[in-house]
Amino acid sequence: MELIFDAGRPGRRGVRLPEMSVPKQTAIPESLRRTEAARMPEVSELDVVRHFTTLAHRNFCVDSHFYPLGSCTMKYNPKFHEKIAALSGFADLHPLLPQLRHGGALTQGALAVLYESQAILAELTGFAECTMQPMAGAHGELTGVMLIAAYHRSRNDAARRVMLIPDAAHGTNPASAATAGYECRVVATDGNGNVDLDDLDAKLGPDVAGFMLTCPNTLGLFDPNVTEITRRVHACGALAYCDGANFNAIIGRVRPGDLGFDVMHVNLHKTFATPHGGGGPGSGPVAVAEFLRRFLPVSRVTKRSDGTYSLEYDFPDSIGYIAPFYGNFGVILKAYAYMLTVGREGFPRVSDNAVLNANYILSKLRDAYPPKYDRYCMHECVLSAAHLAESYHIHALDIAKGLIERGFHPPTIYFPLIVPEALMIEPTECESRETLDAFIAAMLELAAEAQRAPEELHAAPRNTPIGRLDETAAARKPELSV
Amino acid sequence: MPYIANTEEDRREMLDAIGCASMEALRAAAGVNLPPPALDNIPEGRSEFEVSRHLERLAGRNATTLVNFLGAGYYDHLIPAAVDALAGMPEFYTAYTPYQPEASQGTLQAIFEYQSAICRLTGMEVANASLYDGGTALFEAMMMAIRITRRRRAVISEAVSPIFRRMIRCYCGNLDIELIEVASGVDDSAQAELLAAADENTACVLVQYPNFFGTLEEWSAFTAALRERGILSVVSSYPMALALVKTPGEMGFDIVTGEGQSLGIPLEFGGPYLGFMAVRQKWMRKMPGRVVGRAHDHAGRDGFVLTLQAREQHIKREGATSNICSNENYCALRALIYLSLLGRRGLVEAAELCAANALFARGELLKIRGVKPVGGNAFFNEFIVELPLDAGEVAGRMIDRGFAAGFPLGRYYPERTGQLLVAVTGKRTREEMKQFAAAMEAVLWN
Repeated sequence: MELIFDAGRPGRRGVRLPEMSVPKQTAIPESLRRTEAARMPEVSELDVVRHFTTLAHRNFCVDSHFYPLGSCTMKYNPKFHEKIAALSGFADLHPLLPQLRHGGALTQGALAVLYESQAILAELTGFAECTMQPMAGAHGELTGVMLIAAYHRSRNDAARRVMLIPDAAHGTNPASAATAGYECRVVATDGNGNVDLDDLDAKLGPDVAGFMLTCPNTLGLFDPNVTEITRRVHACGALAYCDGANFNAIIGRVRPGDLGFDVMHVNLHKTFATPHGGGGPGSGPVAVAEFLRRFLPVSRVTKRSDGTYSLEYDFPDSIGYIAPFYGNFGVILKAYAYMLTVGREGFPRVSDNAVLNANYILSKLRDAYPPKYDRYCMHECVLSAAHLAESYHIHALDIAKGLIERGFHPPTIYFPLIVPEALMIEPTECESRETLDAFIAAMLELAAEAQRAPEELHAAPRNTPIGRLDETAAARKPELSV
Repeated sequence: MPYIANTEEDRREMLDAIGCASMEALRAAAGVNLPPPALDNIPEGRSEFEVSRHLERLAGRNATTLVNFLGAGYYDHLIPAAVDALAGMPEFYTAYTPYQPEASQGTLQAIFEYQSAICRLTGMEVANASLYDGGTALFEAMMMAIRITRRRRAVISEAVSPIFRRMIRCYCGNLDIELIEVASGVDDSAQAELLAAADENTACVLVQYPNFFGTLEEWSAFTAALRERGILSVVSSYPMALALVKTPGEMGFDIVTGEGQSLGIPLEFGGPYLGFMAVRQKWMRKMPGRVVGRAHDHAGRDGFVLTLQAREQHIKREGATSNICSNENYCALRALIYLSLLGRRGLVEAAELCAANALFARGELLKIRGVKPVGGNAFFNEFIVELPLDAGEVAGRMIDRGFAAGFPLGRYYPERTGQLLVAVTGKRTREEMKQFAAAMEAVLWN
C-alpha cells in the first residue's frame, strides 16, 4: 500500500492554522535555521483520513476479532473509558501544575484518581502500598528490582548480585534484572510445570538478591508450592518478586501479598482492561510489602486528614524518580474506571470466568495439541504442535497462519521457550462460549488439515493483504525508513 | 456483571465438559487451595453511568481553564480533531504489538512511516518505534553509548531537563556508572566545561537542544571534538522546534532522543507521552526498542515486519539492548497523524506561530518595570525572565488571575529563585499575551 509520503502532491495543504496575530519575527538566528523544511507529507485532511482509515482496516483487533494472545490478556476495552479520558479536566491538565504554589488545589480530581486507584490495587494484591508510576510492565519489573536492590543496600549487603529467574520466564524478567545491574541465574521447571524445588535450593545462596516468579506461571499453571518457594527465598535472605502479568487468573481470589511475595507489578493494560494501543502505552504499577514502602519512588500521592490529596517528596530512602511525573495517567484513569465498574463482587467473577474459558479450550484441544504439562490450567493454556511438526512439518507458525486465514488472531507462539512448538492461548473472561466453540472448531480443522493437506497450511494465509513475509531477508538488509 | 458473556447455563455446561462439578472444584483441581480474601475496602461495582458521573465530577475538580504559559518540556499545543478521530479507531487502539504481520499491516506500516518521519525531522538515518518518554529515551541512549564504547562514565549538562536528570540518576542507583553533572549558564550549556569533563573513560555527553532554559545553540564543533576522542554525543531535542532549526543530524550528533508530546499528544497530567530515538546507521543494531522494516512476500508484494529482533529481550533476555517490551505505539501513531495533517508547510507555520508568539510575549513582559531578560539571544518558544519578586510566589498569584504563568526555576536551580521559564505556543492569541503581561504587572506592582 502507498506510503503517506508518496500520497498527495507538492503544495497540497492539510489543516489550516490560526492567523498569526503578532509580527512575523522569531528569536532564531539565521545560522541556526533549518535550511530545508522537513519532508513531511503534502496532503489534504481527507487524504490523511483515507490513508489511516485504510491502514486501520489492515489490522486485526479485539473489537473485530477473537484475539487469544497468551500472556497479553486481550480483554474488551470498555468504550466509556475513552470518553472519560477525553474530558478536558483530565486530558488538558499540565503535570507541573501541582509544583506551582496553590497548584495542588487545582489538580485534586486527578490526584484522587491516583490515590484511590493505588488504594484499590493495594487491596487487590494484598500489599501495603502501590506506586502508579511505572509506564509499562517491564518498567514495573525494573522498578521492583530496583526496590529490592535498595533494600539490600540499606542493609549494607553488597554481596547479593544475582537475580534468580525461572527458565519459563518472560524475557523482560532477565532483561529488567540486567538493566538494574544484576546477573541472572536460571532456575529449572520440574516435570509438572512447577519450580523445581531442588534446583531452587541449589541456586539460592548468599549472593542472591531475589527470585522473580510469575504467578500463576507462564505455563498458565498455579504452582502449588508457591508459599514454600517464597519461604525458602526468604530463608536465604533474598526477596520474592511476583510478576503480575497473569494477575487476571487470580484477581479477587488470591492475593500475591498473602503468598509471601514482597513486591509485585501489575499490568493495567492486561488485567484492568485498558487498551493495548497496538503496542503501548501500558502501565505497570508496583505494589510492595510494608517494609519496602520507604524505598518507593517519589512523588507519592497521599491523603490528608481533611480529605484532600497531596504529592509528597520527602522520603530520604526513596529510589528516586522513575517517571517524569505520576505514571501514564491516561491509562491509570481508564483502569480506575474499570475497578469501579467491576467492584468487590465482580473481581472474583472476572478470574473465575477467565479460568473457566481457558480450561474449556484446553479440554477440547488437549487431544489434538497435547500440552507438555497436562493438568488443569488457570487463565491460559499452553498447547503444543510438536507432534504435527514431527509428523507433517506443520509448525506452531503454520497453525497461527491458518488461524489468521480463518479470521482469528493467533495465540502467542513459541513461548514459553521450554515448550516445543508452543501455542499459548488466553481467551479472557470476555469471550462468549460461541466464540470459543468457533475457535476450537478452527483449531481442530487445522490439526486435521495438517495431516490431510500440509501444503495448504504452508501457503496460509491467502486472504490477507499480504502473504508471509521474508523476515530473514528483511533483517539482513534492513530498510527502516524512507 | 458487565464484560462477561457466560450465563449460568454456559458455566454449568462448560464445567461439565471440563469434568469439574463447580468453580471451586476447578480452582482446587488447578492447585489453588486458599480461602478467598475479604476485599473489604473495595467498593461494590457500579454501572458505567454512575462511574462516569463520579469521574466527570473529579474532572471538574481539575483546573484546565487556566491560560497556559507553562511548558518546561511539556506544551499546550494545538491538536487537530482528526488526530483524535483517527488514532481513536479501535482497529489501532484495541490491537497489540504486531507479532503477526499478516494481521497487523496497519500498525506496522504506521510505525514504518513514524520512523521515517522522525528521521526526516531529526536529520538522522535510523529511528526506533518509540520508547516510554523523553527521560527514559535519554537514559536508554546513555546505556547504548556505554554498550558501544565499553566505558562506564557519562557527562550530562545541567541544562538538560532536571526532570530527565533525576530519572537518569535514579536508574543509575544500582549501576556501576559514573554520572558527572556539569553546571550550565543560560546562553550556552557550558560547552567548554562539558568537553573538559569528558575524558578517555567517558562513553557519552548528554545535552539538550534547545536546552531546558529554551536556548538554541550551535553544537557542530562540540560533536566533532567528541567524535575525535571516540565519545558519543547524545542530545535530547524538542520536535516542534526541529521544524525550524538546524537538525541534530546536521550538527553531528550520534544519538538523538526527545519527548514527542508536542506532536499531537495531550498533556494528560503526565502521560502517556512519547520517547523518540534516532541514531546513525552504523549504530542500528545497538539501538534499543522495537523496529519495523520493509519486507516482501512470495508474490513480491511490499509489507512490513518487526525486525532486528535479535537485539530484544524476548530473544536475548539478559543480553538485550533494553528491557523494553512494547513501544508507546498509540502515541507514536498520534505523532505521525499530527505530522501528516500539518504537513511540510503546515509544520513550519505551526512552529513559526509558536516562535513569533514567544518573541512577542517576551517583549510585552520586558516592558514591565523590574522585569529583566535572562539570556534570550536565541530561542524557539521558551525563555526566562527575571522578576523583582520570588518567581514561585508570582506564579502562585498569577493562578488567581487565571494564568499558569510559567515554571519557577528556583525549584530545580536554587540560584534562580527570581527566574520564571515562560513557554508560548500557537494556541495563545495576541489578546491573551497582552492580558498575561497586564496581569503580571498587576501582581508585581499592585
